Formats: sequence, C-alpha cells, structure tokens
Amino acid sequence: MGELHEKYLRMNKMPHIWCAGCGNGIIMGAFITAIDRLGYDKDEVAAVSGIGCSGRITGYLDFNTIHTTHGRALAFATGIKLTKPRLKVFVFMGDGDAVAIGGNHLIHACRRNLDMTAVIFNNHIYGMTGGQFSPTTFKNKSATTAPYGTTDPDFDIAQLCIGAGATYVARGTSYHARLLTDLIVKGAEHPGFSVIEVITHCPVNFGRRNNFESPAQMLLWQKEHGVAARKAKAMPLEDMEGKFTIGELYRSTEIPEYLEEYGRVIQAANEEKQP
Amino acid sequence: MGKKRFNVTVDRTICKACGICVAFCPMSVFTTDHDDKAVVSAPERCTGCRQCELLCPDFCITVVQVEETADG
Repeated sequence: MGELHEKYLRMNKMPHIWCAGCGNGIIMGAFITAIDRLGYDKDEVAAVSGIGCSGRITGYLDFNTIHTTHGRALAFATGIKLTKPRLKVFVFMGDGDAVAIGGNHLIHACRRNLDMTAVIFNNHIYGMTGGQFSPTTFKNKSATTAPYGTTDPDFDIAQLCIGAGATYVARGTSYHARLLTDLIVKGAEHPGFSVIEVITHCPVNFGRRNNFESPAQMLLWQKEHGVAARKAKAMPLEDMEGKFTIGELYRSTEIPEYLEEYGRVIQAANEEKQP
Repeated sequence: MGKKRFNVTVDRTICKACGICVAFCPMSVFTTDHDDKAVVSAPERCTGCRQCELLCPDFCITVVQVEETADG
C-alpha cells in the first residue's frame, strides 16, 4: 500500500473483505486518486453508501461516512447536502441498490439536480446475497435465480439517468482505472447531479456462472467491449452490437442546480418572517 | 543516460491470489508461488507503467522508481 492509501483509507480496516479479484477495490483506488487530485480536505468530503458489496466502501474510506439502508443512499445524501451544502457528497451504490430497490430515488435525484456525485458499481448481479439476477444482468445470462438464463432485457443505467435529467453522466469500467479517475474528477467538479456508472465484475457470483475462468478474463472482457464514446459515434451500429460506450456521455449546464433554487425558498421564508 | 529502473514489491500478507497482475503486466514481471500469490520474478523488466498498481484490487503492489546514482 502506498501513501495515498494510508492517507485516505482506514488502515485498521484493511485488508478489505471483497473477494479475490473483485472490481470494487479497483474502483476504491480510482476514487481516492480522484479525491487526491481534486485536493479536497478529508473533512469536507461525505461518502454515503447503500447495501451490498459496494456499500462496504464507506467502512474503508476515511472521510465523513454513512452506511445507509438498501436503496436509500441517495435520500440520506440529499439530506446531508441540503443541511451542509459545503460538503462534497459522494454516493456509492450497486446496480441492485441504485436501479432496483432504489430506482425511484435515483430518477428523482436525477430530476432534482442537487450537486452530488453518484458512483454506481454495476457488476450485473446481486453479489453479496448469492448471485440473484439484477435489473442489469444481461439477457440469457445465468444467475442463481435464473439457472436457464434470464429472460428480462437489462437496464442501461447511464441512459436511464440521462433520460431522468441528470446533468453529468459518464460510464467507466474497473479495467480503465485511469479513465475512471478522470470521470470521477469531472463529475465532482460539475455543479449538479453527476452519475458515474462503473462497469465492474463479480468473479464469484457472475463470472463463475457465466464461463469466465478468472477475474482477469472479466477485466479483459471490459477492455474488449468498452468503446470510447467519441470513437463509437463514428462506428457503424452493427459493430457496437453487444458493446458499450465509455467516457463522458452527457453534460448540461442549462438546468438550474437544486441548492440555488432552494436558496430562493429560504430567502422568501426569511423575508416573510421579518416584522 | 541509463534505462529507468523500478522497485516492484508485493505485500504477500494481503495478496488474495486473484492473478490480475500476472495476466496484465505487459512485461511479465510477475509469476505465482505455491499459493498462487504474486511473486516479483523479473523486476528488471519493469517499465513503470503501473498497470499492476492500478488494477490490484487489494493494493498489495507498489512500484517505486529507483533513484539514479551519479556513477550510473
């Protein structure tokens, strides 16, 4: 472990409990590198997580942290940001957390455009509870609850968030760790609700059931299937079949940030109180 | 001006033997031991790309550039 880990992680909680080869560790590494680059003071960062393997991250990060209930990380984070606007709020969720049980919270957080950054660990499975399929499990893939393959089409988290009104949306992977750091930095700097979807891998509960022999093979899959958004624009549609775009996917500064809007309410209420 | 040299170390106590560094090192610096944990077998080949450091999920690997001495 290097200086960065000693500075930003709770070293008495290391080594972490994530399985051998799990992508969550790589994402945590990319995140602390991003925080270091942003130059934020540890006390001005708030990290909020939900339930699932990804939720463990707030036990390891040495910031103001809160490990909340399943799917409700964004609701807690909204409260934190509204009461302490000076805090830089980061929300960590898994795919089950963000788009299944917490799907409603996600779309409404996108709609409000409150200045926070959500990092969604999309490993396409419920890892912690034993490998049940999630809303992002690809069609025809195996899961403990779909031994003959899933029948449901999968959610595209990034597109869902763009549609719901998030003003910064990007997609990274655990393989492209340097890109992921860049995307987290840009998302944090963006004034509004930012979503970084991270395509990651669960070697134990997704990989083993879907013919991936090792964690490295899953990372290789990400390398081969992630296409830079700029490059994808120039590619014929059939070449993108089964692949996904990575990089910055959407950015808008036209929609007002929620704290500014809410500030007007506070001002109006204060003026009314004056004798 | 000589070739840049790097010190690569693996913390064996926290390595979970996932094999990611072995698979992705472009210079084949790593091999595995009897527990499938990573071993730095050919540090002289390291070019300092830090792919192993970035992709190790358990932060066991550190790559440090060796300071050049005056007499090379």
